[in-house]
Amino acid sequence: MREKILAILETNNKIELADVAVMLGVSEAEVANEVAKMEQEHIICGYHTLINWDKTSVEKVTALIEVKVTPQRGNGFDAIAEKIYNYNEVHALYLMSGGFDFTVIIEGKTMKEVALFVANKLATQEQVLSTSTHFVLKKYKDHGTVVDVPQSDERMLVTP
Amino acid sequence: MRNPLSEKITTIQPSGIRKFFDIASTMKDAISLGVGEPDFDTPWSIREEGITSLEKGRTYYTSNSGLMELREEICKYLNRKYQLEYDAADETIITVGGSEAIDLAFRAMLDPGDEVIIPQPSYVSYNPCAVLADAVPVVINLKEENDFRLTAEELRAAITPKTKLLVLPFPNNPTGAVLTMKELKAIAEVVIEKDIFVLSDEIYSELTYGSKHCSIAQIEGMRDRTILINGFSKAFAMTGWRLGYACGPEIILKQMLKIHQFAIMCAPTTSQYAAIEALKNCDADVEHMVNEYDMRRKFMLNRLRGMGLKCFEPFGAFYIFPNIAKFGMSSEDFAMKFLNEYKVAVVPGTAFGTSGEGFLRMSYASSMENLRIAMERLEKFIKTL
Repeated sequence: MREKILAILETNNKIELADVAVMLGVSEAEVANEVAKMEQEHIICGYHTLINWDKTSVEKVTALIEVKVTPQRGNGFDAIAEKIYNYNEVHALYLMSGGFDFTVIIEGKTMKEVALFVANKLATQEQVLSTSTHFVLKKYKDHGTVVDVPQSDERMLVTP
Repeated sequence: MRNPLSEKITTIQPSGIRKFFDIASTMKDAISLGVGEPDFDTPWSIREEGITSLEKGRTYYTSNSGLMELREEICKYLNRKYQLEYDAADETIITVGGSEAIDLAFRAMLDPGDEVIIPQPSYVSYNPCAVLADAVPVVINLKEENDFRLTAEELRAAITPKTKLLVLPFPNNPTGAVLTMKELKAIAEVVIEKDIFVLSDEIYSELTYGSKHCSIAQIEGMRDRTILINGFSKAFAMTGWRLGYACGPEIILKQMLKIHQFAIMCAPTTSQYAAIEALKNCDADVEHMVNEYDMRRKFMLNRLRGMGLKCFEPFGAFYIFPNIAKFGMSSEDFAMKFLNEYKVAVVPGTAFGTSGEGFLRMSYASSMENLRIAMERLEKFIKTL
């Protein structure tokens, strides 16, 4: 049940819970109850809107930064991760397998702002060994959605 | 000048709701629940195989029956799904959509005067194709109180000494009705007793909700009396690729192949290469689409019943078939008015036979957003009636 609710909400959180209930063949109360529980348990961590900022007048740059660190005895990577993710500029933070340790995704107004954040805040952390910054030039697809292509129905209006 | 036309072709009436289709097709801003095809694009991996086949220069005819690899995959698929055994070499033909297979079967099996039993409401082509094959269509009007299932009693009552073939169109377009194994067995008993054959049009076989599709060919004694027709259009969202197939006993398929060979040559090569990928690697895509349809199906049923319309629960295809007889309008008038005033296209039940009068076919192969808006408009509309 939970997985089915999540599958629907993941791509459309504007949907009425009453509709979700009908689509899954259960009562609305049951769905509302599960959703509330999942919010409490932080399975549902928020409801966001997928925005293509490129189409607005807002200046925004996104950078992906590869970070190598020295894990701390006893705390592993978690303590250093917390130090990084507490910055508001950090949009996402992932611990990685492979050639580096963290992927940090930063959003800023300008490239300079992002670069300065890396230089002043990130690279200067005691456990950080190195950083490598990559700027996003264009977003084609985000969260499973192709951002720039409006969906149009190519079908004829009526067919047998 | 002499009359250039054959008598036969002029006796076939164009679809009675041609006018409705023509008007509907000019309304560009309408929401459509009138489409008989999936709203999903063909899964990308299938499209890529089509593209790759073009890049590799596979732009030639295939054998008349179709690519051997595809036929083998079809036979494996039918075996995996329904434990059916067909020979890929002699008992399988790749056709231009399921529709061509219907035409081939009729032409290969029917003599002038032979009767073909066609349960209606059902897809529009059985009747004219039977006439074109010089046969006589005998319609069974399926009943709402039976949820539009064909019963063995109805079949028995329709059979005459001239009956040769029964068309079995389940899961059904436009009603969404399905037949269970138990019901199929009762039908098969009559078919065997009366020594007739079955054209089983299973194009919607993947799209069932709640129970898995069964084929009448699975029943003992039926395999050699059945032409099984299926295709890629509905299950894999491949309508525009025009690819279907027929499987059946060699004695019939051999003759069907003759017609196909002279009239068509072979099904489109690009589509055939793409379809191999569909059968090999796209179970997950199909499952995803079926889950989506199922949720929309429940939504539609709930909304239609919620606004007081009588509507049986469809368990197959992607159509729902509400009863609108209580408004005292013909299906076509209702659909036309709804389209003109509320900009939503649905198909009058009469497009699928006279027994469709009083019903509308609504396709839920459309986004949830569209379905919601369409249902809101329908609710407003019926309040004015």
